[in-house]
Amino acid sequence: MGRTRRWRQFLVVLVKELTESARDRRTMLTALLLGPVGGPLLFAVMMSLGIERGQTDTHEPARIAIVGGQYAPELTGFLVSAGAEVLTIPPRPALDGGATAAAEEALKAKRARVAIVIGPEFGTKLRAGRPAPLGVYADSSDHHAQGVRSRVLAWLNAYGSGLAAARLQVRGVSPEVVTPFSIDEVDIATPASRALLMLGMLSYFILLATLIGGLHTAIDMTAGERERGSLEPLLALPVARSTLVLAKLSAACVYMTLALSITLLAFGLALPHVGLEALGMRANFGPGVAARIFLVVLPFVPVGAALLTLVASFTRSYREAQTWLSFVLLVPTLPIVFASLYQIEPQARYVIVPSLGQHLLITALLRDDGLLWPLWLLSALSCTALAMALAALSLNLWRRESLLG
Amino acid sequence: MIEARGLRKSFGPVAAVTDVGFTAGDRAVTGLLGPNGAGKSTTLRMIYTVLRPDAGRIAIDGVDALTEAEAARRRIGVLSAQPGLYRELSVRENIRYFGALHGLGRAELAQRVEELIEQLGLADCALRRAGTLSQGQRVKTALARALVHSPQNVLLDEPTNGLDVPAIRTLREIILALKAAGKCVLFSSHVMQEVGAVCDRLVVIAQGRVVADATPAELAAGHDGRLEDAFVAAVGAGSP
Repeated sequence: MGRTRRWRQFLVVLVKELTESARDRRTMLTALLLGPVGGPLLFAVMMSLGIERGQTDTHEPARIAIVGGQYAPELTGFLVSAGAEVLTIPPRPALDGGATAAAEEALKAKRARVAIVIGPEFGTKLRAGRPAPLGVYADSSDHHAQGVRSRVLAWLNAYGSGLAAARLQVRGVSPEVVTPFSIDEVDIATPASRALLMLGMLSYFILLATLIGGLHTAIDMTAGERERGSLEPLLALPVARSTLVLAKLSAACVYMTLALSITLLAFGLALPHVGLEALGMRANFGPGVAARIFLVVLPFVPVGAALLTLVASFTRSYREAQTWLSFVLLVPTLPIVFASLYQIEPQARYVIVPSLGQHLLITALLRDDGLLWPLWLLSALSCTALAMALAALSLNLWRRESLLG
Repeated sequence: MIEARGLRKSFGPVAAVTDVGFTAGDRAVTGLLGPNGAGKSTTLRMIYTVLRPDAGRIAIDGVDALTEAEAARRRIGVLSAQPGLYRELSVRENIRYFGALHGLGRAELAQRVEELIEQLGLADCALRRAGTLSQGQRVKTALARALVHSPQNVLLDEPTNGLDVPAIRTLREIILALKAAGKCVLFSSHVMQEVGAVCDRLVVIAQGRVVADATPAELAAGHDGRLEDAFVAAVGAGSP
């Protein structure tokens, strides 16, 4: 009888909390739209911009200004045939800075990304078989110039190697003698693991949106009830405090799970529109992976709900709770930062840390490694234990008079 | 029936209640009277079990409120100093929520909620969300919520605060109706007029202790029948 009664009261409180939150438009907007949809959208836009930037670097025409081109017509011709847009610039009078000033001026006026300065002694030294001086000017603070600069340097090296080989052959030496290594560079990254570098932030976005989903409900259940004076009449009812705390925690869990689902859906819809394929990557985020990520984050939901509730129980007002909780939202990021800094692999001793465990298991999923079931079980168990400990602490606070404020 | 004996409660160094004891009987309205900060609210909060007294005993219909708090809570209905409604719930839902937590069955609950809405004149705003109500409607809703499980004992903490004259009159009628139904009504106030009009017994509290416990007539007897003078005299006698 007592148990049925408690169970019925639990349901009454749960339904009331869900109804009340659902009717608060601002709450719903933050919990179920801003976090779960805004996050993935922001993420997709950030990734798209990053990819576009990477592409413009290689598609950017190599506009080069050459000062003193008349001293090296073959080199100029080589650069043009390699695909450079060459702009020949006459040097300024020596008193006015000479060739250097002309090159700098061309760069500052953005007429070219890179400038090459060739001196009058270039031809003589080249013919004498001595190093011929070449000046390459570029602005290192200009992102677009970097791609052009490295291409120009590569062309110059190729041109130089050709000249060196010709010289050796004239002297009867095989050019292979000065090429001791034949380097074959092989990148073993799979498309999914390459995308991973950029998708590393994904787990953070997922955890954050999940926490935001329960934020309002957690604040409302203590600081909110206290502020509008409904806590006292509530505590004067024949309802056990454990029933109240558990029902309110469950309400927060429901909204967090909902936020988690929407977040995963939004990622699933947004990621295919990010041109990862252009970089030889693919977003490994099909329904199967999304479902497994859901399983990975699910044990974290009660931990988050209990943590938010505990902190909200300490605070006196809604505003104060908001201030504290926005700080709490940062807590799950710390292990993730730690993981990225030290490049941690999924191991038992790491996955037992909530949020770090979620991050590592999500990362493994995105890397096509599948769901590591034993580690998942370990992570779920440790999350459950921590959630229970935090809930017990909250309940302890609820049994004190100081809760009334 | 509410019996309080030797209640004492301090918040840190502040002694809010030092010695309060009285009996509020059934079929009677008992007024808890005193200036601001005298300890009325603290006394009521101890009786409705959200504060635990440092010393003393409380019995609700003979049930010990300290050792059997949950059983005692079932016998009381509380209107706290702040109405404390849920803004996003309608008037009807606010009342129904407390009734459901009291364990009322579906049919019984529905009938009781409609009864109270009718009785308190809340029919016009029953579907409105509590956040949009006037102060008077708020207090009435909170009162309906306190009465939803037909408690034997009704505790009202400064119920007339912020009410206009017609609302105060409605409240007075409800209090008298509760008394007529055999209930024990205990309410606190610092306004003499409203207390004199409905109370059968007055318990005057000053500086955390009871300074007078009598019927309004007895209290006013030595002061030419003026209750207000009696009150001021009683409160003055209690201060050091």
